[in-house]
Amino acid sequence: MLAPAMAEVVAVAAESLAGSRARAARTVLNQVVLPGEELLLPEQEDAEGPGGGGERPLRLNAGARSRVRVVCGPGLRRCGDRLLVTKCGRLRHKEPGSGSGGGVYWVDSQQKRYVPVKGDHVIGIVTAKSGDIFKVDVGGSEPASLSYLAFEGATKRNRPNVQVGDLIYGQFVVANKDMEPEMVCIDSCGRANGMGVIGHDGLLFKVTLGLIRKLLAPDCEIIQEVGKLYPLEIVFGMNGRIWVKAKTIQQTLILANILEACEHMTTDQRKQIFSRLAES
Amino acid sequence: MEGTMHADAKIRAETGTESGPRGPGCSLRHFACEQNLLSRPDGSASFMQGDTSVLVGVYGPAEVKVSKEIFNKATLEVILRPKIGLPGVAEKSREQLIRNTCEAVVLGALHPRTSITVVLQVISDAGSLLACCLNAACMALVDAGVPMRALFCGVTCTLGADGTLVLDPTAKQEKEARAVLTFALDSVEQKLLMSTTKGLYSDAELQQCLAAAQAASQHVFRFYRESLQRRYSKS
Repeated sequence: MLAPAMAEVVAVAAESLAGSRARAARTVLNQVVLPGEELLLPEQEDAEGPGGGGERPLRLNAGARSRVRVVCGPGLRRCGDRLLVTKCGRLRHKEPGSGSGGGVYWVDSQQKRYVPVKGDHVIGIVTAKSGDIFKVDVGGSEPASLSYLAFEGATKRNRPNVQVGDLIYGQFVVANKDMEPEMVCIDSCGRANGMGVIGHDGLLFKVTLGLIRKLLAPDCEIIQEVGKLYPLEIVFGMNGRIWVKAKTIQQTLILANILEACEHMTTDQRKQIFSRLAES
Repeated sequence: MEGTMHADAKIRAETGTESGPRGPGCSLRHFACEQNLLSRPDGSASFMQGDTSVLVGVYGPAEVKVSKEIFNKATLEVILRPKIGLPGVAEKSREQLIRNTCEAVVLGALHPRTSITVVLQVISDAGSLLACCLNAACMALVDAGVPMRALFCGVTCTLGADGTLVLDPTAKQEKEARAVLTFALDSVEQKLLMSTTKGLYSDAELQQCLAAAQAASQHVFRFYRESLQRRYSKS
């Protein structure tokens, strides 16, 4: 009875030591990481100097190797020269498209709550009109402000037709932890580019943030399959909101149910459901 | 909805100073954890240790009343509801202990002027309630995606009249014990985040209990890891 117990405890102690040591980021790619883990960044030697012929330039700090510039995405924070994981999820990496730099590391986590990020396109609901700005609920910790001039072709005399309760598709121009988020419905050139007030019919429903990212990925087949079923209009907000409109109310509801269920279905189940709907 | 993760986490916890186990009762009860089971909260979890079961919902970072907002970090609120009756002073003190543990671990500086609310409901109490609440709160915070600097867990241990150390006691063992000690430990270096004790014990015994709790916390963290890996492997 004693011997296996002692062995178990020794094994546990060894495991715990291994767990507390920081691991290299590239060995943990696409694996689940937990908050509190530390990741080591890959270090890179300097490229060969212009001396040619295998000569190495002399460096004053001969001992230190230079580090690659890596972008720290959602779920990771810098901690000295390491990355500290702050959310649970799969660690992902994207190689840099061009130029130097070690690319981007981030944690793919499943979340329901949205935190405003600059540049994100979101669907908001107008909750109040006060003076020159609208207060728009985007699902974050405070309502975003939207100026009435931030619409295409809006001037002081030509005000946009926005009422309380309308749906707005816009993007954040100011979104940080210290300030109230601000959104606009025009891009940097002054054009609407699809943003603005969303039509009165249709259905708005909420899904998790991970599902939105999955649906908006360039290689996602779900949207193509859905488009083949019925003609539809669809707007995705990065804050987890989707607005859908089809010809009849029944079709709209079917589409909404399919998109909500996509999160838990496997590819085969989804194809089955689509083929069944296409027949009927 | 996410599946249940069961783990048979039976260990023999050895104290640092002795070569053999203290007594026949040094083992953790069967664990079970389920995440994302409630649809309204941003994160939810249910944690079971033996017959003790706690359900937790986390809302946040959400709007906060101006009177309660803190300018440079998130306001953390904990509400603990007992199984029967209205919450009383005991619940209030447990809420404060859980709140202090969560505040040490949650990165509130990333979400100033917001509120993170943790609501715990006791489903059944069969001993080690505070430890179960801490474990469930940690799982729910992870489910909600609240940024944390480490995971934490709770471990309860009792000292009998003859000095026997029992980890994860049942209600009956807690009643008969000379002292009941609950520790909250973090996952990075098993450092002590919170401790609450009741009863009579010497400081050598305190160190022994702490060492035993630190050894037991390894199993709890391993269970967390397996549970979360299983959850993410489904997607």
